[in-house]
Amino acid sequence: MPLKTLLNEAQLELTLQRLAHQLIENHSDLANTAFIGIQPRGVFLSDRILEKLKKISRRKNLNYGRLDITFYRDDVHSSSDIQVPSHTDITFSIEGKKVVLIDDVLYTGRTIRSAMDALIDFGRPASVELLVLVDRRFSREVPIQPDYTGASVDTILTQKVKVCWKEKDGIDEVILIDKK
Amino acid sequence: MLSVKHLLGIRDLTPGDIGLIFKTADNFKQVLQRPIKKVPSLRDTTVANIFFENSTRTRLSFELAEKRLGADVVNFSASGSSVSKGETLIDTVKNILAMKVDMVVMRHAASGAPWFLANHINASIINAGDGTNEHPTQALLDAYSMRERVGDLKGKHVTIVGDIMHSRVALSNIYCLNKLGAKVTIAGPPTLIPKHIEMLGVEVQHNLKKALESCDIANILRIQLERQNKPLFSTLREYALHYGVNKAMLDSLGRDIVVMHPGPINRGVELSSDAADSKQSIILDQVENGVAVRMAVIYLLSGKREIE
Repeated sequence: MPLKTLLNEAQLELTLQRLAHQLIENHSDLANTAFIGIQPRGVFLSDRILEKLKKISRRKNLNYGRLDITFYRDDVHSSSDIQVPSHTDITFSIEGKKVVLIDDVLYTGRTIRSAMDALIDFGRPASVELLVLVDRRFSREVPIQPDYTGASVDTILTQKVKVCWKEKDGIDEVILIDKK
Repeated sequence: MLSVKHLLGIRDLTPGDIGLIFKTADNFKQVLQRPIKKVPSLRDTTVANIFFENSTRTRLSFELAEKRLGADVVNFSASGSSVSKGETLIDTVKNILAMKVDMVVMRHAASGAPWFLANHINASIINAGDGTNEHPTQALLDAYSMRERVGDLKGKHVTIVGDIMHSRVALSNIYCLNKLGAKVTIAGPPTLIPKHIEMLGVEVQHNLKKALESCDIANILRIQLERQNKPLFSTLREYALHYGVNKAMLDSLGRDIVVMHPGPINRGVELSSDAADSKQSIILDQVENGVAVRMAVIYLLSGKREIE
């Protein structure tokens, strides 16, 4: 059941705008930057951010891909069900590019660890940065921290952060729910 | 997830299972296009390829699939092994499993051997061909390749030509195509077609041209000389004259049908070179898809192990 709304529609929109501007601030040469959304849910966020980037930078073509990390997970056999992956499409080379990984919620950090393993199999990026909409602080199980953060929250194990998007869930908002 | 613990035959799969295997194979086919054609998912798994019957291409295909999933692979072939010293099937496999092997891919000359084995061991088993019964991964890669070329197989017409009687590929293909809603015609001389096969819902045709005229896809089977202990047709040349598929026959149909063959081809017998190498042939695509489909099957079955 929902405990609290972390970001309502208006706040979410402001946050996305701010994140897009932060990205442009640090990446003046967008031709050498690659944005990669993490399947399955990071892609909704990255789609929105890329839309804003294109408007602000007035560029039609940005390097944008989607990465599915199912085959690189560290819990392939310990979770009860075998996972079915979504699509990976990275149609450009990431060799020598500055990569920005985009995911909706950063929790233990294992997904991002898997994403970096997957990324290296595509080539050697010049650098890798991480953009997340919500950072669940003090919950990390690996040493990974975001470079761009939408919102930070303190949560406990029995809670879950749910990011809802109009395209999928009918509404734009970020809520905290109780797993019980 | 798959409704089965082993892949013993297409007969045990639901259409949902087949759809899931295809969807997963799409992902693996994509992995195979990358410069690094591997994923680390099965690095904690060891697979044994236990082949009691000869094979080059199926064994290679499985071995590649396993290695690209990051698994460790061991190969066992019956010739020059303990089987010649009289070791039983169950003993052979249990000994291999005792070395902490997690999954078994088996080809055996006796129909039903994989089902028999499944009752005696815990590890997941993939049937790579049992006698004249089934060859499920071949049927899956065949259907996957057909789908790649012509789209959804529901309502499409597939003709299987050749030695149906001794062919596990034919039987698995029939089961698979039935589950996917395709219409199947069997074509061949009466001596090579089992009695009562119409009970499987297929149409039987002894005239090759008629069989090919209405179909969208033709799957040509090899004449299996090693399986026949009595003469079932007079000469290879006569077989080729009446049932061999060549470019002239294909052109006479008035439209382009898809040509398939599980391999190895007896060129000039069941399939001529000009047909096998034509634009209508997807024979090499079948081989390429075979690795992706086998990766999908192994990946989907690997989660069924209980973790100690």
